[in-house]
Amino acid sequence: MNEQQHLQTLSDIKRIMERSSRFISLSGLSGIWAGLSGLGGAWIACSWLNSYYAAWEARGGYSDADYATLRMRLMLLAASVLLVALAGGAYFTWRRARRNGLPIWDATSRKVLVNICIPLVTGGLFILGLIYNNQVSLIAPSCLVFYGLALVNASKYTLTDIRYLGLAEIVLGILNIFLVRRGIYFWTLGFGVLHIIYGMVMWWKYERKTREIMN
Amino acid sequence: MNNPIGNLNKLFDSRIRLGVMSVLMVNEEASFNDLKQLLEVTDGNLASHLNTLEENGFLKVHKGFVGRKTNTTYSITKAGEKAFKSHLAALENMIRFMQ
Repeated sequence: MNEQQHLQTLSDIKRIMERSSRFISLSGLSGIWAGLSGLGGAWIACSWLNSYYAAWEARGGYSDADYATLRMRLMLLAASVLLVALAGGAYFTWRRARRNGLPIWDATSRKVLVNICIPLVTGGLFILGLIYNNQVSLIAPSCLVFYGLALVNASKYTLTDIRYLGLAEIVLGILNIFLVRRGIYFWTLGFGVLHIIYGMVMWWKYERKTREIMN
Repeated sequence: MNNPIGNLNKLFDSRIRLGVMSVLMVNEEASFNDLKQLLEVTDGNLASHLNTLEENGFLKVHKGFVGRKTNTTYSITKAGEKAFKSHLAALENMIRFMQ
């Protein structure tokens, strides 16, 4: 055995340790996709809110039926945005895993998923409780805070950069709870803009080089 | 001065055994299938290397069930951790020694 072989062995050990404990296929493009879905959703929500207030002005007062319709539409919109973001995110990550010849469903991706889901499902139920109690102004900050906690929690099992995205989401959520009337802006910033920035940074940092090698 | 090769463990000459130990150093436990997937080896090959490691007291084996399927998981023992660490240190020493 010579020096070169020892170095090779050490780098193999490091690679196996990393690969077995962290899910490294999470793609930056998933983040960009999620951010674009968030921006699109926010844009639609804004236009619905505008027409809701325009109708309020025209009528000269509040309408129960209008409010119920708006609430139902916004909830459906939020669910669709989540679905679109997740589907696209899963696709880009699957594509990256396949390119690198790594499995997408293994012990590490399971750990990431479980650790994201604990705070996220808690948050989901908490938010259902808010809707039930008609505390709609607290929905946006709660989304941001629980989502941020989910990312921080999962960062132990994937590329650690996601921890900073999580912390940023938590900060936005906390600011939002003191400025509840600005929910839509914080939401757009947190789920749209931050995701796009994060995705671009991740892509630049981890995926740009491998692409150059492959082309 | 100590012989730098002295601490290299013969047992870890095999890349598969070294791989198993690397995985178990950073994971509380790993199942047979996880190891197989990570190290890209056949069932028989992996099983025989796992046996060797177990016989040397480096691994603990937990046999369990998921539904009706057997689910065997492995974790590292204190002795295994110690042996792996001194093997790593020996490797690093040798690299330093040769420079």
